[in-house]
Amino acid sequence: MEPVGISHFMTVGAIMFVCGVVCMATKRNALGVLMGIELVLNGANVNFVALSSDFLTTNPARGLGLDGQFIALFVIVLAAAEAAVALAITLNFYNNHSTVDVDRADELKG
Amino acid sequence: MELSALLPILLGIAWLLPLASFTLIVLFGPRMGKHGVGASYLATSAIAIGALCSWFSLFCWFGHYGFKPAEHGAGSQFAAADHAEALTPALSQGEKETATDHESYPRAYTNDLYTLGQFGSLKITISYYIDALTVGMFAMVTLIATCIHFYAIGYMHDELHDVTDHEVTLSDGHHLHRPGRFHRFFQYLSLFCFSMLGLVYAGNIAMVFVFWELVGICSYFLIGFYIERKSASNAANKAFIVNRVGDFGMIIGLMALWGGLGTFAFGDVTDADGKVERGIFSQVRDPANGYALAAPDGMVRSAAFDAVEEIAFEHPGRLMPGAAASEINSRIPSWRADHYGYWLLVIAGVGIFCGCVGKSAQFPLHVWLPDAMEGPTPVSALVHSATMVAAGVYLVGRFLPVFAPEVLLVIAYTGCITLFIAATIAITATDIKRVLAYSTVSQLGYMMLALGVGGWVAGLFHLITHAFFKSLLFMCSGSVIHATHTNEMTKMGGLRKKMPVTAYTMLVGCLAIIGAGIPFLIGFSGYYSKDAIVAQALSFSLANPLHGAVFFYAAVGGAAMTAFYMFRLWYMTFAGPPRDHHIYDHAHESPKIMYRPLIVLAVFAALVGCTVPDWFPALGGLGVQNLLEQARPAGELGEGVLMAGLAYPEEHASHAHSIHVQATVYAFSTALGGFLLATVFYGLRWLNPADVKQQFFPVYNFLLNKWYFDELYDFLFVKPAHFVAFLITFVDRRLIDGFIDNLARWARKLAHFDDLIDRYFVDGLVNLTAAWTYSLGSSLRSLQTGRLRQYVMLIVIGLVALSVLINFASAR
Repeated sequence: MEPVGISHFMTVGAIMFVCGVVCMATKRNALGVLMGIELVLNGANVNFVALSSDFLTTNPARGLGLDGQFIALFVIVLAAAEAAVALAITLNFYNNHSTVDVDRADELKG
Repeated sequence: MELSALLPILLGIAWLLPLASFTLIVLFGPRMGKHGVGASYLATSAIAIGALCSWFSLFCWFGHYGFKPAEHGAGSQFAAADHAEALTPALSQGEKETATDHESYPRAYTNDLYTLGQFGSLKITISYYIDALTVGMFAMVTLIATCIHFYAIGYMHDELHDVTDHEVTLSDGHHLHRPGRFHRFFQYLSLFCFSMLGLVYAGNIAMVFVFWELVGICSYFLIGFYIERKSASNAANKAFIVNRVGDFGMIIGLMALWGGLGTFAFGDVTDADGKVERGIFSQVRDPANGYALAAPDGMVRSAAFDAVEEIAFEHPGRLMPGAAASEINSRIPSWRADHYGYWLLVIAGVGIFCGCVGKSAQFPLHVWLPDAMEGPTPVSALVHSATMVAAGVYLVGRFLPVFAPEVLLVIAYTGCITLFIAATIAITATDIKRVLAYSTVSQLGYMMLALGVGGWVAGLFHLITHAFFKSLLFMCSGSVIHATHTNEMTKMGGLRKKMPVTAYTMLVGCLAIIGAGIPFLIGFSGYYSKDAIVAQALSFSLANPLHGAVFFYAAVGGAAMTAFYMFRLWYMTFAGPPRDHHIYDHAHESPKIMYRPLIVLAVFAALVGCTVPDWFPALGGLGVQNLLEQARPAGELGEGVLMAGLAYPEEHASHAHSIHVQATVYAFSTALGGFLLATVFYGLRWLNPADVKQQFFPVYNFLLNKWYFDELYDFLFVKPAHFVAFLITFVDRRLIDGFIDNLARWARKLAHFDDLIDRYFVDGLVNLTAAWTYSLGSSLRSLQTGRLRQYVMLIVIGLVALSVLINFASAR
């Protein structure tokens, strides 16, 4: 059995990413879309962490050190901030339209 | 106090007070009392105090020098020569005595008050020259001006409130309505008095010239007082321009004088160091030379410049410094004997006289004076008696020592022609003021004639007597105009009963001007002065039969014409039945403030010519003639150099019994003839003047049109000037303006083209870009559907497409 390597992590990340995208594309509920976004971000985070891990890389010289972890931390912080703003928008949207269906939110179309 | 210190102060006060009054009225005039009435009180009191100062200085003069001329001064050559000999050593000893401290003859005080500036050797100063003539002129001018100021308060009272000028019609058909200008009138009167007194006070010819011009500008202001009237503004312009013509000659004279003498001062001035600067008079008539007329060194040198140049070449300055100068100086007497520089003296004299011709309205520049009647009557009285026209005669009198005999002959001829022309025109004029104006011109001609034939005292004596009676006559005529509101004598008549004071004071004036009197006993002022002139003319004609006869007959004929036109005026105005009953009924005597000055002047006009007889206690010898005699320039007038045979007799020769009797008889009988003729035609109306008019129609018409002088000048000067102006206008309008206009037109065309480029090309490009952007935007807006899930799908599809593209690209 092949040891857990970088490709496994990347596969998990890709699955998470695709799930997130599908969730964003299919959910009509705004909260569902937000959850999809979290998935997408975290899928990317997995990749960052895996690719910068010293244990997983075959060529230590090409490792990223701790950069990937830091970027992952930034992404988490940004995701939290984004979620806060998005939830505030959603709440306001609900107040105005009594729904959180994103298909009803097309007032800014060109 | 010394007379030499007292007189300049007293006369200076009299001179400067009117200036103070003028300044105050300029600054505060409209706020002085109701409608500026206070201005008249201020101006009048200023000149009245000036008159007091002047008369006081006259008394001081008499007190110091007595009434009679000094014994040795009688113009006798020997006395003068003796005196000069006494003088010369005193000067050579270097004593600090000035010419004024000497009992030099004539007695004059002169000094610089203030140096305005010194440019090389050209020194411009404010100085005074005071002799008996100055004092007499001051007394005369201030007294007459005071009377006129009082009279003007009454005459100008219309100006105290708003005035409707019936002689000015505006474009809308109404008469001009304007605020009164009472204060302004007195403001100009004050300035006028200041200028005239400054002219008399002046001690150098440059200062005379300044005040000369000031008198001119004042007359311009006053003649054009009713500036809205076309005739008045024209008359003011005419007076000013005609005077400029004369003044141009005067400037040439000034240049010749200064170029030759290097000084403007009349008399010898001692400066603070005790150095004597020789004035014009002593340079032209050297006391050491017995006051004989001689071209001064400077003029001789500049006239003989050829020889001077030659000597300068022969003596190079480096080798023998001063040799050339001493050589030139040693040759000057011989050059002078050859009459080098004499021409320059003649030119200087004629130039100065040109100015006097303009100012004193002599032929051919007399045309301004009758038109100057457009001014208010007090102005006419002031301008035409005591001030402006007197200035010219005064200057000729002042400058007589400088005039060569040839110049005097020019003066005499000018005066003679003026006298005759003006007298003939006065005969036909019907405007009361114009008769007086031409009479003034004629009398000025008399004065010039007198001065020109060597009658120094006679000419200036007539100046003073004439000032009194002519101002009286003008003010009487003003009083008549005030009462009748017309100038035309043909509408008057019989006014004697309505306005007796005016009528009888005017009668006194008429009698004075024609020289009425009891021959050899007593007479009005004109009797003495005119007799003196006729006597001098006779004396001159005995010495020079060729020229003299003309002068003598002109003087005598003038006397007849004077008598005729003056009494024609008096009879037409005051005697007989009235010609226009409407005017007659409305006529009235003038107010007291107007007729009281008339009485004062009438007294003076009657008496000013008399000399108190010698046997009279205390006052023996008091008289204008003796006063002027004290100022007579020393030395003989001499004989002509360029015109051989021209000889000037001493004025005292005319007092000889034979000449005097003859002159009196001639003058009196011709005046009587003129008077009787006027009485026959206009007083008793035995003969009808209209018949004579018809008989001599061409002559009458010629005289009525004033010898066509205005038309002649119009043709000679005004028309050509207009033509030249027309040509220049054409050049200006068509060529210069046309060029500019074309340039502008081209610039406009270019700008238009530029505008097209800007509008269609540059703007077009910008607009096109904008339009493209707009259409692109509107075509792209359909992409923004607002569907969130669609956006996500697009992102995904784009991502996939990108990665596929990158894959393919990297695979290759």
